[in-house]
Amino acid sequence: MSTPSVTTPSRWRALTHHHLFWPVAVLVALLLVNVPFTPDFFSIKMTDGHLYGSLVSIVLFGSPLILVAVGMTLVIATGGIDLSVGAVVAITGALTCSYISDQADQNALSGVFLAMGIGLVAAVVCGLWNGFLVARMGIQPIIATLIIMVAGRGVAQLITDGQIITINSEPYKLIGGGYWLTLPFSIFVVAAVVAVTVALTRRTALGLLVESVGGNAEASRLVGIRSMRIKIMVYMFCALCAGIAGLMISSNTSAADGNNAGLWIELDAILAVVIGGTSLLGGRFSIGGTVIGALVIQTLTTTIYTIGVPTQTNLVFKAVVVIVVCLLQSPKFRAKVFGAKGRGKTAAPAAPATPADAAPKMEVSR
Amino acid sequence: MLNRRNFLTAAVGVVAASGLAACAKEDDSSTGTSTSGGKKITLGFSQVGSESGWRSANTDSVKAAAKEAGYTLKFSDAQQKQENQISALRSYIAQKVDVIAFSPVVVTGWDAILKEAKAAKIPVVLTDRSVESDESLFVTLVGSDFTDEGRRAAKILEKVLETAGHKGKVKIAQLEGTTGAAPAIERAKGFKEIMDAEHKDDWEIVVTQTGDFTRAGGKQVMAAFLQSDPDINVLYAHNDDMGLGAIQAIEAAGKKPGKDILIVTVDGVKDGFIAMSEGKINAIVECNPLLGPQLMEVVQKVKDGETVERWIKTEESDFMQDQAKDALPTRKY
Repeated sequence: MSTPSVTTPSRWRALTHHHLFWPVAVLVALLLVNVPFTPDFFSIKMTDGHLYGSLVSIVLFGSPLILVAVGMTLVIATGGIDLSVGAVVAITGALTCSYISDQADQNALSGVFLAMGIGLVAAVVCGLWNGFLVARMGIQPIIATLIIMVAGRGVAQLITDGQIITINSEPYKLIGGGYWLTLPFSIFVVAAVVAVTVALTRRTALGLLVESVGGNAEASRLVGIRSMRIKIMVYMFCALCAGIAGLMISSNTSAADGNNAGLWIELDAILAVVIGGTSLLGGRFSIGGTVIGALVIQTLTTTIYTIGVPTQTNLVFKAVVVIVVCLLQSPKFRAKVFGAKGRGKTAAPAAPATPADAAPKMEVSR
Repeated sequence: MLNRRNFLTAAVGVVAASGLAACAKEDDSSTGTSTSGGKKITLGFSQVGSESGWRSANTDSVKAAAKEAGYTLKFSDAQQKQENQISALRSYIAQKVDVIAFSPVVVTGWDAILKEAKAAKIPVVLTDRSVESDESLFVTLVGSDFTDEGRRAAKILEKVLETAGHKGKVKIAQLEGTTGAAPAIERAKGFKEIMDAEHKDDWEIVVTQTGDFTRAGGKQVMAAFLQSDPDINVLYAHNDDMGLGAIQAIEAAGKKPGKDILIVTVDGVKDGFIAMSEGKINAIVECNPLLGPQLMEVVQKVKDGETVERWIKTEESDFMQDQAKDALPTRKY
């Protein structure tokens, strides 16, 4: 970020110009907002052999969103979008839970693993279908994925017969609601998925290929990148992430709810990706930013519950925060507001950036 | 190029069809006899969705009762969206069904479509939930009195507190239903009515928030509640499912549902009764979903031109923990 010899102002500048600065700042601000309302917001204590506290529940309840958003990031990086993730969440949960509920012994590990396998395969098939429509058939991603978004929820309801399937399986409960080494098990799942994704995209050429397809699919094809294959792959990966999130959501309540599981999660995921600084135009992405973005959204939800925002104003409150976050992310807006103010107050040599200066730096993807 | 266009058309078709998911689920396709001249009564029924076990039981009851009565039922599921429901009702009007029945997703915004039905001379029966609209626009409401359910919840909480030997302040957390839905508004209203009238000094609703009538919602909101107000000692959930989710959150916080936090819920679905028999829910105020037979009776009367009461209330009772085990085998839903 900065060399040791630089002065404090420029170090500060390097920090504020880091692409994760604003998302992290918002996250910290949101966390701090809770303190006056819940004085021991940051306290974490041991309860029944596992850690318990607001921060733990933010990560626990936010895990599915992080997973979905990570998958979404790659799709968006190729210039696409996947609206079907919510339905895939519902389908995976429904299939898995209905298979487990048919078992004589719901606690049998083999049955649980098989059920999860079936659910995840179904998710990947959904992703393959999306990728096929987008890459092979050339259908606009928003339309192609809309099909499963709308129809998929119907499929999930068909699987569950319109009922909420309640299961009683201890091993299955672990993935979304259980604890391991005193931490929610879902944290480990999320960490593993994020680590694998980062390794694959930043340690191999895959990330570069994804970005190049997103930048210009045709040009990438001409230089020898199989852009179709890359596209199909990211949709399958996105669906797989959604599938794992589906396992988590259904495991968290030990029930599959075809109608409500993962409802609107696609929109939250897109929002998380955008807050994280990934361009919706494709061509560049930031997995770290997405994780922060998803945490911002989950923290916002928790904040609404803990500070007692009246029910009717929930969505307005959410909207205002999101607008503020997006404005803060915009270099033009910052230059206008903070730039002018900064110049007025301090005539320091390290004057705030001009728009032309700030813009390209903000868009550096890593 | 042509291929691609065909494909797109097909794709759009799929989307459109699933939007009207409803129509695909029609129980009887004998549309030919649906005109008013035919003997067989055609009933268009638009359901809220299938958001809970209660709702599924309600749907099954309506379907079974229609079959029993020999009516042609056109069933549609609005998937919690008013616009879906309005388009379903509009299609029933276009198909000239004999009677329309529906459970409104939300309370307001029905005037226009109800007027269309009236202009087409199709009587409208509301089931389960009411609307804020001109009374002349619908014939009757078959359903529960949600305000009264709220009052009954407060009354049964008195009993629960007494049984548990609770002393001191009662700090209540309330899990509301979907914002704007009649049961959410009225169950809160009825509860508050009794609370304000009889327990002004010792009862207090410390936190209240919507859990959207779902388990996941109930769990997440309750987890946040327990953080912000650790001394909550009573939970009032507007349905069983939110209560079941909240129980998991309470357990994760290391507290005992039904002991450290007394729980009163509304509905009485099977899973709720199971939790109550395990001692995790203290009392359930029943909201009976099996109103199919009553609905068919009303439809017949309306069709025959008889006058019916403005509000036909469903039969319901309250259950305490000690009744849970006996009642459990009889729960159908």
